[in-house]
Amino acid sequence: MLEIKNLHASVDNKEILKGINLVVKPGEVHAIMGPNGAGKSTLASVVAGKDEFEVTKGEVLLDGQDLADDAPEERAHKGIFLSFQYPIEIPGVTVTNFMKTAINESRKARGQEDMPANEMLKMIKEKAELLEIDRKFLSRSLNEGFSGGEKKRNEIFQMAMLEPKVAILDETDSGLDIDALRIVAAGVNKLRSKDNAVVVITHYQRLLDYIIPDFVHVLYDGKIVKSGDASLALELEEKGYDWIKQEMAL
Amino acid sequence: MELKDKLVNAFMAFENQVDLDHPVHDVRSAAMKVFENQGFPTKKMEAWKYTSLKSLEKLDFSIFPKEAATLEYKDVKKYFLHEVDTYKIVFVDGVYSSFLSETTHQGIDVCLMSAALTKDMYKPIIEAYFNKVASKEENLTALNTAFSKEGAYIHIPKNTQAMKPIEIIHFATGREQALLLQPRNLVVVEENAEVQILERHQSLSENAVFTNAVTEIFAAKSAIIDFYKVQNDNNSASLVDNTYIDQHSQSVVTLHTFSFGGKMTRNNLNFYQNGERIDSTMKGVTIIGDGQHVDHHTLVHHIQPNCESHQDYKGIYDGNSTGVFNGKIMVDRLAQKTNAFQQNNNLLISDKSSINTKPQLEIFADDVKCSHGCTIGQLDHEALFYLQSRGIGKKEAQALLMYAFANNVLESVRIPELKKRVNALIAEKLGVNLGFEL
Repeated sequence: MLEIKNLHASVDNKEILKGINLVVKPGEVHAIMGPNGAGKSTLASVVAGKDEFEVTKGEVLLDGQDLADDAPEERAHKGIFLSFQYPIEIPGVTVTNFMKTAINESRKARGQEDMPANEMLKMIKEKAELLEIDRKFLSRSLNEGFSGGEKKRNEIFQMAMLEPKVAILDETDSGLDIDALRIVAAGVNKLRSKDNAVVVITHYQRLLDYIIPDFVHVLYDGKIVKSGDASLALELEEKGYDWIKQEMAL
Repeated sequence: MELKDKLVNAFMAFENQVDLDHPVHDVRSAAMKVFENQGFPTKKMEAWKYTSLKSLEKLDFSIFPKEAATLEYKDVKKYFLHEVDTYKIVFVDGVYSSFLSETTHQGIDVCLMSAALTKDMYKPIIEAYFNKVASKEENLTALNTAFSKEGAYIHIPKNTQAMKPIEIIHFATGREQALLLQPRNLVVVEENAEVQILERHQSLSENAVFTNAVTEIFAAKSAIIDFYKVQNDNNSASLVDNTYIDQHSQSVVTLHTFSFGGKMTRNNLNFYQNGERIDSTMKGVTIIGDGQHVDHHTLVHHIQPNCESHQDYKGIYDGNSTGVFNGKIMVDRLAQKTNAFQQNNNLLISDKSSINTKPQLEIFADDVKCSHGCTIGQLDHEALFYLQSRGIGKKEAQALLMYAFANNVLESVRIPELKKRVNALIAEKLGVNLGFEL
């Protein structure tokens, strides 16, 4: 589904990703862990098409199609979703109106008609319930004055609405208390299917107690230096990243 | 002939049309002398450093309105706030249009300046308020005073609330190649009275129009006034809008200026706080593009203690448009416990657009809170990426961000239909369908 081949990317001529290889198949959950500055968020941004990063080598493929020439919105239309570590506040635009715009833009790009209003409302209601989001919340301005937890929950709500093929969750657990973490993780789990995939980027293991990964990758200095199953996350939690450095003689 | 000379000559002709024995005529004559001495403001004057009238002075303006042209309501309906019931004072090429207007004398006076300046029953009000708060020295205000004859006259007596908003609309039909209009408005709101007023200048052709307007507003003790200026004129129309507001204790005056159209727009907005616990609020949204210039000059003069002023101006400049914001706050020695707030935020969308912004604070009291801030920036790339990553195209994403940037200024608009209208105008100005009902 998502294939990343020998991906190199830099910003201001400084290389941050130094040859990433990753294959994500439908139905899978991958976790990418690593210390600060390893390139985790850069990887997420590059896959989503942020133009301040320059891809110098390698490619990102979705269903075999190279995404290199696609703007962020085109990637979104094809099924890439990025949950932001720091979601942006948009005063004056309600959550509901924002989702209407986003969904209908995607539909337009796919040559579909706008979603009928009643269908949209039904979907919004359904997905809001999934994430235990209060109805009032939907008529508030997007992310404006939201708590950290509300912002992250709203990100997953957007993911639920947009139904992406590949969802990348960038540090979705940061700033969440344990209850919010549970709700967010339960939401993600309910959205999982055999046809989509989730890439969880996290610093800590605790989110992975709730979203069990099939694969765990350790990103260090722009490269994936170790891959394993869920037990690798536990080992990292216990031993820290220094252990990897020593083992890999980095 | 230069426009100034033409105006000086025209004044003599003007004197044939008005009652020379009326006390107001002495005011006019004195004002004409001021203009004759000073002429039009030039870029050498600090207050006019960034705004030039030179190209306007070259045009051959018709100075006196001819007979009223007729306009069909259906053709101009869209310029009215037709969703709600309003009083209307409408002028076509400077001449009152009784057909399009809806004035009243029931409980309040919503009528014509020409009547107020000539009929005896209005004499006490005219003597007390006409040309009192307006500047006697400012060039263009003096010019307007010299030719003051027509405009809107609004008088709300003590303890009275105007039941409907009042619309003042000045249409220019384009029958003249170039038309100079000088409307003069007087708004007197007595103690504990309340009114909402909307004003717009609308040219209906591509012919040049230059409007030099003066509005005097008097807010007595505990009066509440909401004034909305909708500036969305054709690109061949220029406007100098001089507004003078004399506020007394506990009065609340809120003035919104929405500047989306016009070739050159200069707003001179002056608040004088002659009492305690006064609240003065000025808000503005400016969205302009190629060939347009908008200049906001504001003044708040804090004269008495315990008063507040709030200014929040947002500007979005595209193409080769230019903007000016000059916000002057004066706090007299007596005006302790003043709370003055000023904010001016600007987005430059194109490499060719520019803005000159300048806060100007003169504070002579020592126990005051005065804050000011101005920003000039571009759209936030991270925010743009966020919206794009949700599938929203770049152009729409930019529009959404600009909309969000300007939107909060509308929170204080108290006529819901107007708010909706301005919201729609902002969306239209930004050139995209936002995909939802505003």
